[in-house]
Amino acid sequence: MLALVTTADDTSSELTLMVNGTAHRLRLDHRTTLLDALREHLGLTGTKKGCDHGQCGACTVLVDGRRVNSCLLLAVMAREAGITTIEGLAAPDGELHPLQAAFVEHDALQCGYCTPGQICSATAMLGEAAAGWPSAVSASLTGETGPVTLDAAEIRERMSGNLCRCGAYVNILAAITDVAREVP
Amino acid sequence: MRPFGYLTPRDPAAAIAAVTGRPGATFVAGGTNLVDLMKLGVAAPDLLVDVTGLLPDQIEPTAAGGLRIGAGVRNSDLAADPRVRAAYPVLARAVLAGASGQLRNMATVGGNLLQRTRCLYFQDVTKPCNKRDPGSGCPARAGDHRNLAILGGSPHCVATHPSDMAVALAALDAVVHVEGSAGPRAVPITGPLGGLYRLPGDEPDRETTLERGDLITAVELPPLGCARNSAYRKVRDRASYAFAVVSVAAALDVADDKVRDVRLAIGAVAPVPWRARTAERVLAGRPATAQWFGRAADAELAAAAPLPDNAFKLTLARNVIVRMLCELARTGPAGAAPAGAGS
Repeated sequence: MLALVTTADDTSSELTLMVNGTAHRLRLDHRTTLLDALREHLGLTGTKKGCDHGQCGACTVLVDGRRVNSCLLLAVMAREAGITTIEGLAAPDGELHPLQAAFVEHDALQCGYCTPGQICSATAMLGEAAAGWPSAVSASLTGETGPVTLDAAEIRERMSGNLCRCGAYVNILAAITDVAREVP
Repeated sequence: MRPFGYLTPRDPAAAIAAVTGRPGATFVAGGTNLVDLMKLGVAAPDLLVDVTGLLPDQIEPTAAGGLRIGAGVRNSDLAADPRVRAAYPVLARAVLAGASGQLRNMATVGGNLLQRTRCLYFQDVTKPCNKRDPGSGCPARAGDHRNLAILGGSPHCVATHPSDMAVALAALDAVVHVEGSAGPRAVPITGPLGGLYRLPGDEPDRETTLERGDLITAVELPPLGCARNSAYRKVRDRASYAFAVVSVAAALDVADDKVRDVRLAIGAVAPVPWRARTAERVLAGRPATAQWFGRAADAELAAAAPLPDNAFKLTLARNVIVRMLCELARTGPAGAAPAGAGS
């Protein structure tokens, strides 16, 4: 990560945010979270502000491929990283990401406010399972080192950082299960 | 939120100097707790010193046969590490029991150790709190204390330490490596003569033995045979993504039906991760039976001073300890998974 040229008394910095493949040069107050930078400075309002305290997951985005709560990440600390938001998941020709298509297919939402966070989170979650990361409900930590088979309990546990106040969990689970089956 | 400066020093020494020399400065790494506390007005630093690029972020074997975990290792990487999973399953289980996938990707090992209590009064700047505002009082003893301490508290503070990871580290005799303006040193997480954490006494604002500018650089796990047969059980109000009401980290080695080695720590019952040394002493060489496990738990919990709404933690902690040790006595070595490990 490139060092910033600031002094201890500067309360803002000029920095580059790389979002969905596009570099954006911004001067941001250090208090600006990545979530607010995306929504208020870059007009990318797909990422949602729910609780703003890391408790609901509506703000989930990918930073260098990893899912994070953008409400708890200062934008200045995300400089130079590769950020992917819900706006960057579909193909350039508009073809939906498999998880987006599955959420539509399974009607995996009611109000839709948590949906971008759910989909970004699930995207990275599938990668974590494919990499063999265990979860709190994995029966064994030592038996298998290969990709984790995602049954309902595994998906529920791994997605527990994304709340849905409408309670669309049943269909969210079905949508993710569909895509998980297709991922080798 | 108060405006603040932000620095990315070249090396740890520069970072330590930046924080040592400025009372309002603080280190930031994952930021998952600090940024939240800044939003709440509980923390108001005027300078953040970013150490994410400076801290070791690798897990390496030690010459002694243990593991040295860089303080910058993300919680998710710690839990996924095959060496940790095989030799110290209690640690992987504890980390996986905490927070969410998103937060574990952000949070670092060093930051996890130094996260602050989730006591409602501490997090609400409109309320008195001796930890946040020394001398202002503690409404918790007469107020909402259902999830606060039954052990190690004081009239000034009954907050609980929120970390799951630190409970496992306490059971494993982990050592914290610290660099500061006076040079490097090593501090046990919990030791008979003190460690990283302090009990609140009449200074609940002082939670650790760290001095201003001290930077945790690594956590070292000593080799520990019984850790291969270890587990973490977390009881909470939701099935996932909630802080513990009671948690237990345990490692057990049984030979000829007798306890050859046992390590036990309890979470969410004290202002610090609570190493249950009294229980361990009771069990040494004793039959590995539910009766003895219960006696050991009772001996440990005899010092408890519960409040009206958290006395249930006594029974709960006892039950979890007994059940976990019974399960570990059955599973034996080789890292077998305890039944219901995900609860």
